Amino acid sequence: MKPARPAPPKKRDWSWRSQALRSVLYQVVALALVFSAGYYLLGNTLDNMRLRGIKSGFDFITQPAGFGIGESIIPFDSAESYGKAFAVGLSNTLRVAVVGIVLATLLGTLIGIGRLSRNVLLRSLCGAYVEFFRNVPLLLQLFIWYFILTETLPTIEEALRPLPGVFFSKNGLQFPIPVWTDSHVFTLAGLALGLLGVWWWGRQSRQHFEVTGRSRPVWLPGLLLLIGLGLLGWLAGGSPVALDIPEKSELNVVGGGSVTPEYMTVLVGLTIYTAAYIAEIVRGGIQAVPFGQHEASAALGLSRGKEVRLVLLPQALRVIIPPVTSQFLNLTKNSSLAVAVGYPDLVSISTTSLNQTGRAVECIAIIMACYLTLSLLTSWFMNAYNRRSLLKER
Amino acid sequence: MKLSKLSTLAAAAAALVTLTATPAHAGKTIDAIKARGQVICGVNPSLPGFAAADSQGNWTGFDVDICKAVSATVLSDATKVKWTPLNASQRFAALQAGEIDVLSRNTTWTLTRDASLGLNFTGVTYYDGQGFMVTKKSKITSAKQLKGATVCVQSGTTTEKNLADYSKAMKLNMKPVVFETQEATNKAYFTGRCQVYTTDASGLASVRNKEATNPADHLILPDLISKEPLGPSVRRGDDEWFAIVKWVVFALIEAEEYGITQANVDQMKSSSTDPVVQRILGTSEDTGKLLGLDKEWAYRAIKAVGNYGEMFERNLGPNSTLKLPRGANNLWSKGGLIYAPPVR
Amino acid sequence: MSQQPYVFQTVASRPPPRPVGGLLPWIQRNLLDGWTNVLITLLVLTLLALAVPPMVQWGLLNAVFGPDNAACRAAAAATNTGACWGVVAEKYRLIFFGRYPYEQQWRPMVACALMIGAIAASCYRPFWRGWLIGLWALVLGAFFVLMMGGRFGLVPVETSRWGGFPLTVMLSTVSLLIAFPLAILVALGRQSKMAGIRTICVLYVELIRGVPLISVLFMASFMLPLFMPQGSTIDVLVRVLIGMTLFTAAYLAEVVRGGLQALPKGQIEAAQSLGLGYWQTTFKVVLPQALRLVVPATMNTFIGAFKDTSLVTIVSLYDLTGALQLALGDADWRKFFFEGQLFVAAIYFVFCYAMSRYSLWIERHLNTGTRRQ
Repeated sequence: MKPARPAPPKKRDWSWRSQALRSVLYQVVALALVFSAGYYLLGNTLDNMRLRGIKSGFDFITQPAGFGIGESIIPFDSAESYGKAFAVGLSNTLRVAVVGIVLATLLGTLIGIGRLSRNVLLRSLCGAYVEFFRNVPLLLQLFIWYFILTETLPTIEEALRPLPGVFFSKNGLQFPIPVWTDSHVFTLAGLALGLLGVWWWGRQSRQHFEVTGRSRPVWLPGLLLLIGLGLLGWLAGGSPVALDIPEKSELNVVGGGSVTPEYMTVLVGLTIYTAAYIAEIVRGGIQAVPFGQHEASAALGLSRGKEVRLVLLPQALRVIIPPVTSQFLNLTKNSSLAVAVGYPDLVSISTTSLNQTGRAVECIAIIMACYLTLSLLTSWFMNAYNRRSLLKER
Repeated sequence: MKLSKLSTLAAAAAALVTLTATPAHAGKTIDAIKARGQVICGVNPSLPGFAAADSQGNWTGFDVDICKAVSATVLSDATKVKWTPLNASQRFAALQAGEIDVLSRNTTWTLTRDASLGLNFTGVTYYDGQGFMVTKKSKITSAKQLKGATVCVQSGTTTEKNLADYSKAMKLNMKPVVFETQEATNKAYFTGRCQVYTTDASGLASVRNKEATNPADHLILPDLISKEPLGPSVRRGDDEWFAIVKWVVFALIEAEEYGITQANVDQMKSSSTDPVVQRILGTSEDTGKLLGLDKEWAYRAIKAVGNYGEMFERNLGPNSTLKLPRGANNLWSKGGLIYAPPVR
Repeated sequence: MSQQPYVFQTVASRPPPRPVGGLLPWIQRNLLDGWTNVLITLLVLTLLALAVPPMVQWGLLNAVFGPDNAACRAAAAATNTGACWGVVAEKYRLIFFGRYPYEQQWRPMVACALMIGAIAASCYRPFWRGWLIGLWALVLGAFFVLMMGGRFGLVPVETSRWGGFPLTVMLSTVSLLIAFPLAILVALGRQSKMAGIRTICVLYVELIRGVPLISVLFMASFMLPLFMPQGSTIDVLVRVLIGMTLFTAAYLAEVVRGGLQALPKGQIEAAQSLGLGYWQTTFKVVLPQALRLVVPATMNTFIGAFKDTSLVTIVSLYDLTGALQLALGDADWRKFFFEGQLFVAAIYFVFCYAMSRYSLWIERHLNTGTRRQ
């Protein structure tokens, strides 16, 4: 029988050399450094502000702004508060960001697919587009677009009139818009019903396809449904035809909807720049789909168009969505460059308020808070979409 | 890389950053200036007539001359000035932070700026007003015809607020297009994006001269829609320095009133019998002692830049490219608003 | 029963396959393969035919190349308008060097050349040794001494007069040099098991990535002076550098984190089983592999940082883009702003395109171990 081995030494519960202690120590030191640095900086800031007699606080938000804003979808008067001015700036930023995201995605997807075309001319053209617009800074591109728009368009006196009621000049594009009356509610109701109808028809035809294997046309009937129901709603409302048509006054064109050259510059510049990045991402996504998928669709006899639409793009979405999300965020943040071409977005209005009230810290904090919120909302929304497109694994 | 190397690198980096932070003495500006041997003056990057540098880096202009006078008074040398060009958004932050000693940058004296930005205006050197500039082709002759016009303004100035006030009061519904930089604003007006350009009337004259392909094509409307008293400002909290800058300007105005010019100041110093002139130039009393300077303080200022009238004529008046009339900027005895308390 | 041994019978050799090379088959395959392709080819060819000859006429044939204002105006007013490249010939010094004193402009030129030389040397793999750090320290020192002056008999030039190309190169290089190690530390901190350090790193990255670079630059130029103790000031250039470094470091940290996450965990476990400590594992095992994985994304961020230096125009530092605005405030030459802008765009394009080509090359070069073919 083997002799009993001596009992192993008792494990101590605590050691001064343990990793647990070291990790606690490091964290305490790191947090202490950060907090003391923060305290030092904050202390300096408060000291400096007190010594120099700089007022601080957010009370200026309710004061009347005293400046006008060149363009906005919310009417703004110079007697309204700074808070309202910031809201108008935010609406201007959203106006250019949302439209820009939609247009850039469309354009970027088309160019990305064009980069993979069999036609060498189209491939090279799309490649040249991507290379050129990715390698020039966005600010320079905005300056160039603004220069083109303001130099080549005629002045308001000699405005281009492609259609009656449409003016295209250095002051922007002015066009007739329908006047809102209460009976337009019926039109909106009709359009909403039409959208519902399109969705229902899409579901129906998909179910029919899964049961019988035969596909029904979706786009044309859907469009007809939308337009038809909208028209019915309009008729039901008494067919209001009042239009607000722009007219020339002594100096300017008043009335109608308008889009300034600043807005057009920022929109076009941002769209073209971001589309170049999205094109590369889409191309990478499609190339990441296993080659066997292409061979299988060729074996099934699918045309290239159907193959891209039905086989490659849906699978490529998994790879595309995370980088495209960051491009959407970049577009929103790049819209802040509008301050250089005179578009009154959030940063521009915040700079004006900063100069008029002297509250630098507060105004910059407002800008950062707004952009942070926008970024978080966009990434949350895109992450939800991403989760839907992920591989459903066991 | 070992941890020890990393920590030494971090320490070196921290040392580098602190090295770039140059200590400027707090509180006593005059001591700091004497220790440094230079007056740091904040000016407009390019507004011919008020402040402009040629390609050699020599600065000329009305605001520039005021700084030269201050430097001559304090350091006995009008060239010992460090010129710091500042745009409209940066100027107050630079003064508050202590990067400059005096801000001489065609800045309007308003309540908000005096009370809440931590600075003090030393006086008015130029009585101006905000005006409009249009092209002659537009056939506009008065500001009241500007209904619905698009106006180019620069961000960070009193111009925006005045424009909004005037537009509201006259129900003109003018549309501002706001740019961050002076260059962008100028370019937008001269390419025709806006029909009107607005800033202080003196600024309009300067910009028209400098940037218009044909200055005769542009008309500065006669209506002035606001009061824009321009003057130098200093940081709050240093009464001595405030008094010095204030009284240098007053001395230049007094010099014009009593006929002392750059040419005759030496002769007046040695031979004048007028007790007021003697007091100003320091031959009888020592008024400088009370300011912390010596008795020839005003003499040096006048010798460096001439009197107020000469400064005006050289930079803004008939001898310059702007050819602005004295107007409200004439001596009180001649019907203008320029009035200096007596140097005594 | 014995079988006859199999005698190999040769078969008559078939004729070689017809070559599919040659221009005509290539055109047929790439341009005329099916009706849509023919349509696309025709469309693109018409587009090119409409666009290219006028551009060539404007840009080359009718263009004025010398710094002659009168000839430029004549060319612009003529029916066959021509570009005025003379604006570049006339204003190139202002565009390249900003407001730097005219006679001293050889200094920024030499400083730029040194900096670009150091960058080129760092691109060449056999030079990746310890002495490269020494070279960089020397080049940076020489750059600042040349630009600032005040020593060795050079006339002092204050930082507010720096501008143009040297400013662009300096801002991007210095901010990247500082941001890269900082990003590695932040990425490692974000992976750390210590909750305190992880939270700090996460907050830093998410906060900075959520806001535009303009607001970071505004914060740096307006608020940094308030952070300093009473009585000291920081140079405007240093403020902008700090802002850009913090911004670039946040983006680089995310890129490095992607690489760290893609590394198989087995590598760390193997290193631990060999008895390597945390920092030894990180620097000798984890980082070399992780960084190699994210070379494309890193180079993308470098290119982005180079282009982002153009934003300092908005805080009134006259880099290449800003110096152009400055140069063309002149009334005589303002009409030809477009040619100036194209010239500056071409400069940026050349550098960014070179960097993206280099990125492809280095990616191929570094991944020789992991490539499948």
